[in-house]
Amino acid sequence: MSEIKLITPVTDAITKKLRIGQKVLLNGVLYTGRDAAHKKMVELLDSGKELPIELQGQIIYYVGPSPAKPGQIIGSAGPTTSGRMDLYAPKLIALGLKGMVGKGKRSPDVIKALKQYNSVYFAAVGGAAALISKSIKKCQVVAYPELGPEAIYRLEVESFPVIVVNDTLGGDLYEEGTKKFAIRLK
Amino acid sequence: MDANYFLGQDMIDALQNAYDKEISLTGKEIIKQIMDNAVVAKSEEVPMCQDTGFAVVFVELGQDVHIEGGSLEDAINEGVRRGYTDGFLRKSIVGHPLERENTGDNTPAVVYYKLVPGDNLKITVAPKGGGSENMSAIKMLKPAEGLEGVKQFVLDTVLAAGSNPCPPVIVGVGIGGTFEKAAMLSKESLLRAVGTPNPRPDIAVLEKELLNSINNLGIGPQGLGGRITALAVHVNVYPAHIASLPVAVNINCHANRHKEIIL
Repeated sequence: MSEIKLITPVTDAITKKLRIGQKVLLNGVLYTGRDAAHKKMVELLDSGKELPIELQGQIIYYVGPSPAKPGQIIGSAGPTTSGRMDLYAPKLIALGLKGMVGKGKRSPDVIKALKQYNSVYFAAVGGAAALISKSIKKCQVVAYPELGPEAIYRLEVESFPVIVVNDTLGGDLYEEGTKKFAIRLK
Repeated sequence: MDANYFLGQDMIDALQNAYDKEISLTGKEIIKQIMDNAVVAKSEEVPMCQDTGFAVVFVELGQDVHIEGGSLEDAINEGVRRGYTDGFLRKSIVGHPLERENTGDNTPAVVYYKLVPGDNLKITVAPKGGGSENMSAIKMLKPAEGLEGVKQFVLDTVLAAGSNPCPPVIVGVGIGGTFEKAAMLSKESLLRAVGTPNPRPDIAVLEKELLNSINNLGIGPQGLGGRITALAVHVNVYPAHIASLPVAVNINCHANRHKEIIL
């Protein structure tokens, strides 16, 4: 497969060119966040406070890594199910979040927000956690250290392999991919 | 620990076969990443998936074995505690299903015992991830729904699961027995080496048919479209009550981990 190299932070001009099914290699900074961190961030927003990270042009990776062995930068770090973040994601997308990496389908509200704000959703390969951790070159906690594996980490990545699943046109590879390869017998 | 670091040869062969057969380019790329991942996990001795699972333990205890010096279950939990701590595996168990505070050491294990003839003690550990376990289902069919009803329920369950259990998956099916027996049958079927058919010829045919129908759904690797949704379907059966036709589907992700030891 051909690959597109992407360096964060990204702009609308870049996200608008991405199409479902493309393989992308992410480079630069990714922020991690899953259930608990999302809940805390949206609570801050709802009470009119500032977020601990600047989201404009950034990408969030839904992950809760296994513990790092001595000498490792990070433990195994594959994507977790994105659907659990669907309630929170549109609010972050409206603030300039340009991408999310996870696994599994997004809600219609998220897909609508992606289209409206020129953001994209990427799938990483669920279970390819050891391979993915090799592309993570730096890892530091930037918020909520008390949450352990659920804290927000700032990752520096090189050639992190992902696939575009929802693009800025409203495309959905989960729907279209399955349709394309289904064989109906009757 | 080994089960989490080293993918079995049966799985590696099944993935290679899937790679050869998959016609979706995205699907092929995903299967390749899964195979590369197994190589990295093995060479660096790290977990293949960050979800290192609930420790599900099957004990076959020879009836001539006498265990001294304490409880076998305590010993198993101590083993889980050490394995998950010393092996840098993620601790994914909460002590109360509603209060949800992590136990910190991945205990307790889920342990099943079977009394068998002989003087061996066989322990099989099958760490089970949450993503695929959550997509499992059971239904008490009417006997009149028969084989077609069973097939439809299996297909409906795999279709509803979609991308969530991290396909390509192994689909375990239990037919017959009681409510809990059907669930056990489906879980036990996943312990077979991937793709090993049921010794009963009629069930082996059903396994093939189901695999074909599942792969015709088009879900594909990671649910992004393709012809390889499942690597294998394993079916176990048991006699049923005249009024009942229970069917259970337990899905396993591609990190199909199990390790056994005979003492």
